[in-house]
Amino acid sequence: MNFKLFNKKNDSTIVNEEFSKSTFTDSTYGELNEGLNEKENITVNIVSRKKVNKNYQVGGVLDQEQSNNWKAWLYLAPVLILMAVFLIYPLINTIAISFMENYSNVTGASDGFTFDNFAIVLGLKPIPGTDVYETNLVRYAIPNTFIIVFVTVPLSIVIALLISVLLNKLKWFQKIYQTIFFLPYVTNAIAVGMVFSVLFDTNGLVNYIFNSDTIWIYNADRWVAMIPLCIYIVWSSLPFKILILLSGLQNVDKQYYQAAKIDAAPQWKVLTKITVPALSPQILYLMVTSFIGAFKEYTAVVGLFNNPGTSPGTYNMYTMVYYIYDNLNIHTSRAAAAAVILFAIILVFTFLQLWLSKRRVTY
Amino acid sequence: MEQIIKKEYIDFNKTKLDGQQIRLVIKEGNRSVENLKKRETVSKTFWLILTYVVVTFLALLMILPFYWMIITSLKLNDEILASQQTFFPTVVMWSNYVHVFQVFDFTTYMLNTIVVAVFSTIGTLITTVLAAFAFAKLNFKGRDALFMVFLMTMMIPGEMMVISNYITVASFGWVGMEQSLTDAYLAMIVPFWVSVYYIYLLRQNFKQVPNELYLAAKVDGKGDFSYLLRVMIPLAAPTLISITILKFMGTWNSYVWPNLVTYKDEYRLISNGLRGSSFTDPEGGYVQYGYQMAATVVVTVPLFLLFVFFRKYIMRGVGRAGIKG
Repeated sequence: MNFKLFNKKNDSTIVNEEFSKSTFTDSTYGELNEGLNEKENITVNIVSRKKVNKNYQVGGVLDQEQSNNWKAWLYLAPVLILMAVFLIYPLINTIAISFMENYSNVTGASDGFTFDNFAIVLGLKPIPGTDVYETNLVRYAIPNTFIIVFVTVPLSIVIALLISVLLNKLKWFQKIYQTIFFLPYVTNAIAVGMVFSVLFDTNGLVNYIFNSDTIWIYNADRWVAMIPLCIYIVWSSLPFKILILLSGLQNVDKQYYQAAKIDAAPQWKVLTKITVPALSPQILYLMVTSFIGAFKEYTAVVGLFNNPGTSPGTYNMYTMVYYIYDNLNIHTSRAAAAAVILFAIILVFTFLQLWLSKRRVTY
Repeated sequence: MEQIIKKEYIDFNKTKLDGQQIRLVIKEGNRSVENLKKRETVSKTFWLILTYVVVTFLALLMILPFYWMIITSLKLNDEILASQQTFFPTVVMWSNYVHVFQVFDFTTYMLNTIVVAVFSTIGTLITTVLAAFAFAKLNFKGRDALFMVFLMTMMIPGEMMVISNYITVASFGWVGMEQSLTDAYLAMIVPFWVSVYYIYLLRQNFKQVPNELYLAAKVDGKGDFSYLLRVMIPLAAPTLISITILKFMGTWNSYVWPNLVTYKDEYRLISNGLRGSSFTDPEGGYVQYGYQMAATVVVTVPLFLLFVFFRKYIMRGVGRAGIKG
């Protein structure tokens, strides 16, 4: 049996969704049920002296009245205004600036539309007025960013998966270990970057343990310097991933593991056939977010090297974002062009991942 | 006494078993059940111990940077640079910390960071609560579409906005040569008053509040706003605490934007101060790692304290993200 609520003022309009039985207590239901056939609609008049009770709301959403639209927009107003000023406008404006010739960030004036900013940034055209090519983005920033993305993201997800599987097996002190592995999340990225540069100092702990005299940080070779950078990025991204994966693991139905046990399935098979598919939503989430995060890597470089390069005056440690920030003040339109390129890359990758995952993720 | 039948197969139809006891012996190869059980417990304990060893090793590796930070901060510079690395300082140099407080203007940066954190958190909480309530409990045209747009903006790299925001903030007069402390604060606070992620987080929380409470509030003659204030916010308090702490941590870690919009060193935040301060030895010209690490300890300790007291909220707020992909 369903109940419908009617507006007191105008009995013909149905104000609300149908009441479910559970809304009423058993006793009321019993009383109302007497002498009524199933599926018969009855009218319940709710009497109240308060004016606000003109409209009754039931169901998933409180307010069904279209006339109350403005109220919702009022609640949203602060967010929408701030977003318009600091998110939507800048997004459009940045794209516009990237197509402007001789843009000045002081006056806001420009000499019209051009593709030159992209050409200059990508090293296809010389910097205006000179015959020097700007190669830092193509030579350093883009390759470095891609190395960081394709090394640190898979590596950190695999390591985080293994650690969380191990953590999930622990019988005692699981909470304590969990907290220890979460600790790097609560740190200042710059501060720990500086610690890593001490660890990887020529006279530092790493060289001491491995009995080498490799130069990792200052005056280091570009490819060698990528190693501490990637290690640092992996280290700092593990806590978040472990937390997500572990909470996902704890929600996996135990029956699958019991079934695997009965079938005497080997450990690695349990991992690849049960754990990973069961965690696929979490893994997808981590993939998407950490790909985006790795494309935007910047503070790790600042923390470790304090410069865009391993030695003063060089730019071999540039990432895309470092390039953008370095050029922001003086070559605004070039920075904007680089930002648009970064945005495009991120968009393509995100949609690619979502598209690929449609077949592989099991919810 | 009892007779033990030793047979591979027993046909229960033919064999009379009255009063006899059957002992079933299950074997796999040459091993009996007891044997197998023993083996299993042994291998189980072995794997458990191995797991603990591996996990402990990894945990130590994880906290090694922190340990190294602390002991390096207490070392003499000669010891840090020596070819023989020590795992505990031979001479404990508390004076490193004294020196750091002279070189590194910790209190100014700390004060700036706290002011910026407090005001950007208040602003974020207000906008987040209002928007999350609208998305969770009010019905209006285009609600779901708008929420999708909100979620999609999370994909846009912040760097896209930084360029124009810098220009916007400058046009408000908050950035420039004659920048005052208030201008600097405003430039660091206002652009971060909206966080789509927190709106998403709080909306999930608000959605779980049963609507019967709303009806009850209506009968009591409460409007939407007082319902939000008196019922929803107290119920969502844990999430709001999580947001507050995460926001605070975010401010503590923010580096790029403050660096960009402030024109004087004393307006900057703690990360900028840390990276910007020079710990170079005036005579030798090399970096004094002891001082540098002492400064990083000073910057890290407040965050650690926050973590110790609010571990539950931080981990919940961060972990909530993964529940639904």
